Amino acid sequence: MLMTVVIVCAAYVLASLGSESRIPANIIPFLVAVIALFMGAHFAVRKLAPGADPILLPTVTLLNGLGYVVIAGLNEKLAAAQATWTAIGIVAFVLTLWWVKRPRDLERYRYTFAVVGLGLLLLPLVPGLGYDAGSGSTIWVKFGPISFQPGEVAKVALAIFFAAYLADQRELIATSQWKIGPFRLPHPKYLGPVLIAWGVTLLVMFYQKDLGSSLLFFALFLVMIWVATQRTSFLVIGGGLFAAGALFAWRTLDHVKVRVDIWINPWKTPSGDGYQIIQGLFAMGFGGLTGTGLGRGGETRIPAAENDFIFAVIAEELGLFGGALIIMAYLLVIGSGLRIAASTDQVFDKLLATGFTLLLGLQAFIIVAGVLRLLPLTGVALPFVSYGGSSLVMNYVILALLLRISDQTSKRSMNRAASEVAA
Amino acid sequence: MNRNIMKLGIVLVVLYVALFAKLNWIQVVDKESLDNNPINTAKVRRDFNRPRGSILTADGAVIAQSIANPDTDSEFKRMRVYPEGELFGQSTGYFSFRYGSSGIEKQYNDELSGSTFDQQVKSFGDLFVDRENVGNVSVSLRKDVQQTAQQQLGDREGSVVALDPRTGAVLGAWSWPSYDPNTVSSLDKAIAETSWKTLNAAPGVPMRPHFYQDRYFPGSTFKIVTAGVGLQTGKVTNTEPSYPFTNGYTAEGTDKPIMNFGGATCGGTLPEILRVSCNSSFAEMGAETIGPVDMVAGAGSFGFNSSVPFDMPEPAKSVFPTNVGNNQPKLAMSSIGQNDVQATPLQMAMVAGAVANGGVIMKPHVLSEVRNVQGEVISTYSPSKWLTPMSPFAASTLLDDMVGVVKSGTAAGMAIQGCQVGGKTGTAQLGTEPPRSHTWIIGFAGPPGKPPTVAVAVVVLNQSGGSESTGGRVAAPIAKAVLQTALAAQGGC
Repeated sequence: MLMTVVIVCAAYVLASLGSESRIPANIIPFLVAVIALFMGAHFAVRKLAPGADPILLPTVTLLNGLGYVVIAGLNEKLAAAQATWTAIGIVAFVLTLWWVKRPRDLERYRYTFAVVGLGLLLLPLVPGLGYDAGSGSTIWVKFGPISFQPGEVAKVALAIFFAAYLADQRELIATSQWKIGPFRLPHPKYLGPVLIAWGVTLLVMFYQKDLGSSLLFFALFLVMIWVATQRTSFLVIGGGLFAAGALFAWRTLDHVKVRVDIWINPWKTPSGDGYQIIQGLFAMGFGGLTGTGLGRGGETRIPAAENDFIFAVIAEELGLFGGALIIMAYLLVIGSGLRIAASTDQVFDKLLATGFTLLLGLQAFIIVAGVLRLLPLTGVALPFVSYGGSSLVMNYVILALLLRISDQTSKRSMNRAASEVAA
Repeated sequence: MNRNIMKLGIVLVVLYVALFAKLNWIQVVDKESLDNNPINTAKVRRDFNRPRGSILTADGAVIAQSIANPDTDSEFKRMRVYPEGELFGQSTGYFSFRYGSSGIEKQYNDELSGSTFDQQVKSFGDLFVDRENVGNVSVSLRKDVQQTAQQQLGDREGSVVALDPRTGAVLGAWSWPSYDPNTVSSLDKAIAETSWKTLNAAPGVPMRPHFYQDRYFPGSTFKIVTAGVGLQTGKVTNTEPSYPFTNGYTAEGTDKPIMNFGGATCGGTLPEILRVSCNSSFAEMGAETIGPVDMVAGAGSFGFNSSVPFDMPEPAKSVFPTNVGNNQPKLAMSSIGQNDVQATPLQMAMVAGAVANGGVIMKPHVLSEVRNVQGEVISTYSPSKWLTPMSPFAASTLLDDMVGVVKSGTAAGMAIQGCQVGGKTGTAQLGTEPPRSHTWIIGFAGPPGKPPTVAVAVVVLNQSGGSESTGGRVAAPIAKAVLQTALAAQGGC
């Protein structure tokens, strides 16, 4: 933990040297703030969830800190906001750890979460509330002076609902039979939720034009139902439905078609639609193996450099090594998350941990793959790294819940071990 | 369920390995083709965003500097500006993100950007101090000299070069047409491209520094070289030989005589024939008194046919024909600066400088010193000899003869009260119908009885008229004014 704090501080100093060739004047307050924040989070875990996984928080600290340093090199104003959001995120993290003593407590409010989740997801569609912050996606909501992305909150709420719903129903869904010819499909009654999820996904894709999120929701639901029921047919049906939806969207929706076109060949419109992705490729290529140095990226030409394209900036400034470090960090998060899921014996906890891990891991994959032109580009934030308040705070809530599940598991196994010894 | 969780883990790992593979592809395999893509501005942008020192004249004018880009949304954090515009355009050159750099910007790029070895080593200890590691380049050029030359030349095509013959420091170097490097160096792509196209298509090639990259017939100013070679070889003195009084010289192997201007009759010893710029006498001196071998070698000793060790990009070589061994008519023509003889204005200033500096040509240069941002001198230019075409004795003889040309000859217009001034006019005829010519003057000035401190060369292109007096009429006032300004800066005569 201490190690990552040191790395983040050193990176910050180097970035300032890189962009302004001087040691930042605010280094002392910065050091104090970084240490206070992350050490605070660390001690909160020691106190509130002593048995929790020891890898996740330091890894996330590294991602968050590196993201901050890169944002600071891009835009000082955004960096100040990001620092505030980090502080709020860590407070949310500690509060969640303190508030949710047992994950099962959440299970009881499953329908509340369902309604809240769906409501939030569709909130930007309410006229007068939702707006497009310039990215082409209507995913923002404004209440007076406060604006946020409800989709980020909805993700967490829906993951909790899915986990609770599936923990309840999985036996029924798994054993239900519906024979059509040689195929044995789940009973249509249980296909309902799949279709609802699909419908919501399409709605998000069509009306909010948020491709990344719609892909994420649908994948989240499909994978959770697959893990819960162990029936591959869900994946097949779901994948088919998604493919159909995607094909239809590509044919009929201009913004989807544009995304696919620039994915196939961005060089056709190097100063138009293809500009962002081409500049991202240039930046990463220029970074090469070792990068241009922190704070030394010529990033201002990449639109959304601090957000969707932050991975390109990191790969430019830190080169292949930096890019690989980020990839490794997410693999660590995924590994830890899935280990937490695998080791708990509570079905709800297991599904929740799987869902959360998938949210983080898949979201990071979707955006990095988009930036690398491995997939069509869909604008989602790089978890913990990108600039953005809603996303950062909710990711810290996810982190807190994962650690809570992890802590519960180790407590139970210790109790079991203790009782065995007593017996 | 754990089996599915494991499968999920494997799928995610596979996806991330794919990311890593693609990242490798972009950053390693594809790097070169991405970097070299014509629409990729990463490399130039890096240079543009790096701090860059200023260029300053000897009299303290800033002629190039980097300032913060007022457009904060721009991909460029800094912009290069040239406060004096076209006055120093051909000297500073441009620093453009599309077209690279030229002039001093190109020559002293490493010093300006702080990337010389010395600067790197010295800045090593500055890691924790708030300072920029760049070099400010001071040049020997002077704004006052430059302005005088600009005013005097006006809108006539031509060049003016003034230098300190004792060091080779160029004090002024003005050519017209010139250009304003601010446009070509503009961060606005459209402005940069338009001005680049316009300037390249403009008559007179404004972006070329004519004073050291363009060659012209030197005409009669070349007679100084011929006289110098004659004196140095001992074949000519102030008293011997005395050339016949005639109106033309006919070389062996031709029927066509080289006529004196206006068919005038002239002749006599060196001081006299120099004073009136007698074609027939100098043609005979080169063709017969000196001869081809010494003439070619002598012109070479003045810098002809050699690369010039000037500290600006791509200086042009001045030319004296070498195939004159069996061609006396050609040698005769060449000895008076016609035929295939071609010289840059800088070269002719150095010829005058050789006479002024006891027969020694110093390496011409514009650099004075490089300072870091604290004002500490990082490196200083130390003058050095380039060529020694004449002995001190030959040089001082020729110096006196050139002073005579100003006292009572074709270069009388150069005379400055209270100063010792020597000179030689030249008129390189381009055609006779109507008569047109490049009019020249070269010379030097300084305190009486002491070695001259300023040498000058002026060429005004395409003037109407073809007589020897043309050079005196057109070019002499320019040379005089420039000499006066340069002398005033040195404290007068």
